[in-house]
Amino acid sequence: MSDAVSALNGARYEGFATIEDQGLSGMITLRGDLASKDLRAAVKSATGLGIPAQRQALTGKGTAALWMSPDELLLLCPYAEVTERLAAIEAALKGQHFLAQNVSDARALLRISGAGARETLAKLCPVDLAPEAFTPGMLRRTRMAQIPAAFWLNNEGAFHLICFRSVADYAFNLLKASARPGGEVGLYA
Amino acid sequence: MSTRLARGGRLLDKGRVLHFSFNGKRLKGHPGDTLASALLANDQMLVGRSFKYHRPRGIVASGAEEPNALVHLGTGARLEPNQRVTTTELFDGLTCTSQNHWPSLEFDIGAVNTHLARFLPAGFYYKMFIHPRPFWKHVYEPFIRRSAGLGRATNPGDPDRYEHFYFFCDVAVIGGGVAGLQSALAAAEAGAKVLLIEQTAHWGGRAPVDHNVDGGEIDGAPVDAWITATLAKLQDMPNVTLRLRCMGAGVYDHGYLLGYERVSDHAPGTDAPRHRLWRIRAGQIVTATGAIERPLSFAGNDIPGVMLASAIRDYAVDYGVSIGDRTVVVTNNDDAYRTAITLKKFGLEIPAILDARQSGGGALADEARALGIRVENGKGIAKVMGGKRVTGVALCAQAGEGAVLEEIRCDAVAMSGGWSPVVHLWSHCGGKLLWDAAQAQFRPDPANPPRGAQGEAFVIAAGAANGASDLAATLSDADAAGKTAAAATGHKPKSTKAPTATATPEAALEPVWLMPQGAGITLRMKSWLDYQNDVKVSDVQLAAREGYESVEHAKRYTTLGMATDQGKLSNINGLAILSDALGQPIPQTGTTTFRPPYTPISFSAIAGAARGEIFQPLRKTPLHAWHEANGAHWEPVGQWRRPYCYPKGEESHRDAVNREITQTRTRLGLLDASTLGKIIVKGPDAGRFLDMLYTNVMSSLKPGRCRYGLMCNENGFLMDDGVVARLDEETFLCHTTTGGAEGVHGHMEDWLQCEWWDWKVYTANVTEQYAQIAVVGPKARETLAKLTNADLGNDALPFMGWADLTLAGLPVRAYRISFSGELSYEIAVPASLGRALWDALLEAGAEHGVTPYGTEGLHVMRAEKGFIMIGDETDGTVIPQDLGLGWAISRKKADYLGKRAQERSHMADPNRWKLVGLETLDGSVLPDGAYATAPGHNANGQRKTQGRVTSSYYSPTLGKGIAMGLVHNGPDRMGDMLDFPKVDGGIVKARIVDPVFYDKDGEKQNV
Repeated sequence: MSDAVSALNGARYEGFATIEDQGLSGMITLRGDLASKDLRAAVKSATGLGIPAQRQALTGKGTAALWMSPDELLLLCPYAEVTERLAAIEAALKGQHFLAQNVSDARALLRISGAGARETLAKLCPVDLAPEAFTPGMLRRTRMAQIPAAFWLNNEGAFHLICFRSVADYAFNLLKASARPGGEVGLYA
Repeated sequence: MSTRLARGGRLLDKGRVLHFSFNGKRLKGHPGDTLASALLANDQMLVGRSFKYHRPRGIVASGAEEPNALVHLGTGARLEPNQRVTTTELFDGLTCTSQNHWPSLEFDIGAVNTHLARFLPAGFYYKMFIHPRPFWKHVYEPFIRRSAGLGRATNPGDPDRYEHFYFFCDVAVIGGGVAGLQSALAAAEAGAKVLLIEQTAHWGGRAPVDHNVDGGEIDGAPVDAWITATLAKLQDMPNVTLRLRCMGAGVYDHGYLLGYERVSDHAPGTDAPRHRLWRIRAGQIVTATGAIERPLSFAGNDIPGVMLASAIRDYAVDYGVSIGDRTVVVTNNDDAYRTAITLKKFGLEIPAILDARQSGGGALADEARALGIRVENGKGIAKVMGGKRVTGVALCAQAGEGAVLEEIRCDAVAMSGGWSPVVHLWSHCGGKLLWDAAQAQFRPDPANPPRGAQGEAFVIAAGAANGASDLAATLSDADAAGKTAAAATGHKPKSTKAPTATATPEAALEPVWLMPQGAGITLRMKSWLDYQNDVKVSDVQLAAREGYESVEHAKRYTTLGMATDQGKLSNINGLAILSDALGQPIPQTGTTTFRPPYTPISFSAIAGAARGEIFQPLRKTPLHAWHEANGAHWEPVGQWRRPYCYPKGEESHRDAVNREITQTRTRLGLLDASTLGKIIVKGPDAGRFLDMLYTNVMSSLKPGRCRYGLMCNENGFLMDDGVVARLDEETFLCHTTTGGAEGVHGHMEDWLQCEWWDWKVYTANVTEQYAQIAVVGPKARETLAKLTNADLGNDALPFMGWADLTLAGLPVRAYRISFSGELSYEIAVPASLGRALWDALLEAGAEHGVTPYGTEGLHVMRAEKGFIMIGDETDGTVIPQDLGLGWAISRKKADYLGKRAQERSHMADPNRWKLVGLETLDGSVLPDGAYATAPGHNANGQRKTQGRVTSSYYSPTLGKGIAMGLVHNGPDRMGDMLDFPKVDGGIVKARIVDPVFYDKDGEKQNV
């Protein structure tokens, strides 16, 4: 819909890492038995992906399957396609006990990239972001300063981060302050 | 006088000159100088005045243990008080001033205190300022506040920036001297991930100073060379991180270590953060923190020019600074001879070495004598001559009472009472100490290390910090520590040997806690323990006599060790005096508690980046920008910001609120209700689950319908309320209060995961998925009808129903619920479309004078209708039955959370205060929280009460003040009059009335 706006509305900052609002993304919270065949089929039909393991992010073309908890996944897809993908899930799990909710508008999605991306996040999140400790495909639900956030690393060395929509401004400003030139820690760059 | 030497200065770049100023004097130094070495090079020994007696204070040490030389560093917004000159790196343009004197450093009026010393001993504060009692507030306290402290507090508004950094490693080594370097190497060679931090700007510690003079070598090479080579090895290893200017500030549970990095203190004016706080999680921590030399306690040991022996040689070797042309050395151990030998080789004079030991020293003493230095055994200093600077010393026999044998002219005194291992970081998290009598020091007790969650040791002390007595012992101890740390984190140490070192054997030290041994009171009153707080030997002895026998009590009574240096030079000397006064061995006295930080760290570093816009995460709804642009007066609701009202022009808040209410009740209002919690509860057992969580029956709610529910906690108290909507057979949407959203969701998950784990229910917190806008007032339906083709009639969408529709082309869900008592629709729309919907509603409602209203209008309107508010009518002790909400409590249900609790006698007591309305006789607004008094007084002598106000407002609808409150037997006493005393002494009379002030039959929400 042309009227739909993300919380950060395309904001971008270039410091020793680049922080970019990724705009609106389709997001589906899926809760169910992650070991079940039917749930596997539901995720496959909605994203083309398998079931991620603990602290894993699987990514595909325009989609992602993110592990959230032992019985919860967050599925990403193009914003305009959420309704049909949600329907696919509901069809695959019909008659079973599951929860699939459209939460596409509840979050902000940010991309943190560049040589300083690891250090930028390491200033804010109690996570080991050393290159040997946080590798592509890893996902962490954690705290970013004073808010809950989750991030994952893709094969191009860029981090994607999600936080709740209401604190998007705070999240962006945190990352801006972290990535401000002059503040390079000199470890991971 | 102190001066720069032609030779020496291994840390300096003598090719460049830096300019700085002290008390307005323009002076010069070199890169590599500390402010201390630069001041001394310019013969500026006097740097401050002590706290109580305002005695002249000079530089005593060369490192973080410095108690005296504290200055105001910088100016304006960057002014920082109490900065140690010994740990301040010199930079071009540095400006500083001395502290705690008036009118000047040289001529300080406060020095009169020193002449009143007899009347101002320890304990003076307690005895003097306690009587007469009334004097405290207006005489003593202001006086103490004016004289307290040393430096001046700075202006607010720190212009620099600060940050944190999270770091993880297997082994964190604190201290970059030879012990730290070897520990790090041993651990890294085993494959562990190692962090090595050093608080100063250079690696190698004090070994180069100590062993360049005594020919000490490591693996057959000079100490310098070994340090350079080891550093190179460490720098080459990818699993090693090295960090200078980073102090280990504190050790905490689970291997948590704080590192305080002074990123740009030495290079102001760059873009870098000023300080960075490293928040480190380590598998093992090695404290290679070295040892600190102790002063000796003799009369006049505080006169500027009396310094730690090791510091004097540090200044010579590292900074090329001579403290004095003629230096007398006084010692109880062999190490201080290194200072005499060093200075002699620089061409300076040593009139005498006074060795308190009757049998004198060992090989180093022989070497001193061979250099032609006079060495006197069994001798000590009776007193030091001089006021603002040492002019000489008077010798005596250490075994005697201080009879002067001889006076020696000198301008510096190098004292050494032995060495205290730096045990602070070991002790922070439970490590215990043992008293090593042979070395007269407390050192880490290896049998009682700090332990982790499984009881495993997680801190290892290494080197001098562990009591190692010479270079060889230090290196082998450090090597073992590194290997142990690596093994403990799952790595296999290499079977290498520790470096070997040649060590000059030293004769045993003799503890000397008072010089001379039999010093009388006159001398003991001038023998200083704590230089900053002015605590003398006689003070600690006084404390013991007055019954302050515990070392913790003696500390507080005398203030020994309570200054900004945290007792680094005074604690051990002080507790030794205390032990002697009590006639008990030192280990029985023990030490006071060591607390982080090791040295003071800036508050700004602790706060990190959390200031200004990112001080706290303000939560904003999708309509936030509109509210801001339209003059909203904000109210904090938790971390959300909600509009309280929208004043127009010069309107007061009260007028704005009244206008918003009136417009809404007569025509049309809009409220941003996005912050309310929305939780999806889905599954075959969802109905059963909600029946347990709410007092009502929710399982009987039909799809398409809504029901107002009350949620009590296990103890029966009302904790949240909200409208539940049934979306389909298995799915409910529960609304919660704004503040309760996360808590209720957590409450639901808690019960599902821990108690009813076999029930088939999933929850999801979708609060942020939807913007929610309340369209309220007689014109609500007409306005919505302009935006949709859907049937909005009373049959299609009745009160307490909901429907999915398209509004202004947007997919919405309309809940026909009312918190105001008017015709009302709460419209939920995906948050990204929230602003679009709001704009469309404003446009459609313009013809009806649509009026956005805020939280205050919301509160008043619900109060006019007698609707309760969680947090106003509830306070954690109120149950639904108190609030006339018995109708919401199912009698059919076998159980729900709170049911049994509400059967307890206190809960069923008819004397519990109950909800009523309150109407003042004069129409005024009852003060919030006011109590209704009853005749008589209770057992505490307080007036009896029979009710209290829970909500109180001005109602523009009724033209008078209205209130709700809890009153004893309230519902049975309609019409009774109550007295409410005000804080200004007046009394407001109010009548008990029905809490529903407006539209009693609830017709308006049903139209």
